[in-house]
Amino acid sequence: MGASSPFYTAEHADFREQVRRFVAREITPHIERWETDGELPRALHRLAADAGLLQIGFPADCGGVDGADLFYEIVLTGELARAGSGGLIASLMSHGIATPPVAALGSAEQKKRFAEPVLAGDKIAALAITEPGGGSDVANLKTRAVRDGEHYVVDGSKTFITSGMRADLLTVAVRTGGDGLGGISLLVIEGDTPGLSRTPLQKMGWCCSDTATLYFDGCRVPVANRIGPENQGFVAIMRNFNHERIMLAAQAWAFAEVCYDESLAYARQRETFGRPLIQRQVIRHKLVDMRMQIDAVKAQLDLLAWRVMQGDVPIAELCLLKNLATSTLEAVASEAMQVLGGAGYLRGSAVERIYRETKVLTIGGGSREIMKDLAARQLGY
Amino acid sequence: MKALVSVKRVVDYNVRVQVKSDGSGVVTDGVKHSMNPFDEIAMEEAVRLKEKGKVTEIVAVTIGGAKNEETLRTALAFGADRAIHVKEEGEVQPLTAAKALAAVLKKEDAKLFICGKQAIDDDANQTGQMVAALLDIAQATFASKVEIEGDKAKVTREVDAGLETIEVDLPAVVTTDLRLNEPRYLKLPDIMKAKKKPIDATSFGDLGVTPGAGFKVTKTTPPPTRSKGVMVKTVDELVSALKGKGLL
Repeated sequence: MGASSPFYTAEHADFREQVRRFVAREITPHIERWETDGELPRALHRLAADAGLLQIGFPADCGGVDGADLFYEIVLTGELARAGSGGLIASLMSHGIATPPVAALGSAEQKKRFAEPVLAGDKIAALAITEPGGGSDVANLKTRAVRDGEHYVVDGSKTFITSGMRADLLTVAVRTGGDGLGGISLLVIEGDTPGLSRTPLQKMGWCCSDTATLYFDGCRVPVANRIGPENQGFVAIMRNFNHERIMLAAQAWAFAEVCYDESLAYARQRETFGRPLIQRQVIRHKLVDMRMQIDAVKAQLDLLAWRVMQGDVPIAELCLLKNLATSTLEAVASEAMQVLGGAGYLRGSAVERIYRETKVLTIGGGSREIMKDLAARQLGY
Repeated sequence: MKALVSVKRVVDYNVRVQVKSDGSGVVTDGVKHSMNPFDEIAMEEAVRLKEKGKVTEIVAVTIGGAKNEETLRTALAFGADRAIHVKEEGEVQPLTAAKALAAVLKKEDAKLFICGKQAIDDDANQTGQMVAALLDIAQATFASKVEIEGDKAKVTREVDAGLETIEVDLPAVVTTDLRLNEPRYLKLPDIMKAKKKPIDATSFGDLGVTPGAGFKVTKTTPPPTRSKGVMVKTVDELVSALKGKGLL
């Protein structure tokens, strides 16, 4: 970065240095325990807010930081990834997908209630779109919100909800109108609402991130908790997805970098048959192939981030970037495991965890297949 | 009350330092640099004193080449109000640094001078003491607690026997020890604000300082590499091995 890129300034470098310190001091020493606990401590959210990390990507009028462009979010992701846990990013930053609709469409009062306490680390936010009956088919979601005076009565269920067990504020997509995409609204449902129950889900990876199925049984939610106009939630959800996808691509890039660094360090240090691994041609070629693929992902990531910052909405390219980045991560994590050999197969190694977590990135936020289909349609096929 | 804090740009503490092959020093080209960690503690203390209302203005000062501006930006992001860059590309020894810092301190008429007890590059641990001596003002070195009361400072020092608390008249020099505080994480808005704060350039010439070489580094060598250990199978073998080395 720095002088080697047109997108990153000295301020980005300074910010990266601070995040790197934060991760080294406040996260890396504890990550194994949190992975075992199955969730992050609430105190971490406060610490991250105090260090100014949760506020990145949100404007000052809802408790964020003005002038923090997308590249700061990429820097943040790149450094948080150094703890080697995708669950950490998913859960600590779950407000990154839950709170943008509040920031974009919420009233001043809603920003004060639903964004500020989250960005201050006092409350935890989660986004709830996916339902047991369907994931990416947002237009046909079934959770109903029926108007009753100054309340909506919400019935239905949501699943695969990141930070869903701990969340105090749930940004929930509900059906307030007729069938299809024109009948969807976004409601912020508070965690202590009567009729809301949650069950935890055990996963292949992202173990320090609490994932839940949520049940809404006659939950009474004030109409004042609706974000944006009634029945116009679909556009907000789709816009949110574009940002989520670029950040998922950033995560895939960041974890590929960690795999590369870990395998390079190991190859330098590990000796076999009297010579360090790094001197073996097969290993050298693996490492440069990793480097080449990661560089390609980063170049496209930065370019698309820049285009998004200019106001462009390159949907097809973002879908394909997510696929490029996640495929690269799969390849790089797999090769890194080969370089680490038995050491990489042991629990507690960052590469082992990242390898287990490659799949969640090719599925979450729009599966690889959905991404291809959407890109093909966007390209006019 | 104005506080002056000196900050030095050093090879980052995470870098594994390499000795140059000709033994003339250590490799600094292309190596990550950052603010001396003890100076970060000095900056943090100045900012805390300002937050407590004891200090009204913080001025950061550095001596060195163009890249030292990065170190000053870090100081400004910490909360320094403005910065002074004493530009000097060549080697600077502690006495020369102390003369320049003393001149800045006098010019600024600051009542408190805070610096790290030592810099992690040469570990000289001299500059703060020399500044105090040159200006004939009080010094409180290795501080682990600093309290300002009127025109006095109460400073707890880390000494060999434990802790010692002394009271010094201001103006005074305070050098910081590791346990004085834990420097904060710099937030993005502060990093951005730092860009807009003023940095004044000056030089040894402007300050009336003639750089001199009090000593000369004749050779730099890496520490001896650890030789391979010996595995012993039994306690008896261990005892006889230790006896053989005259250690028992």
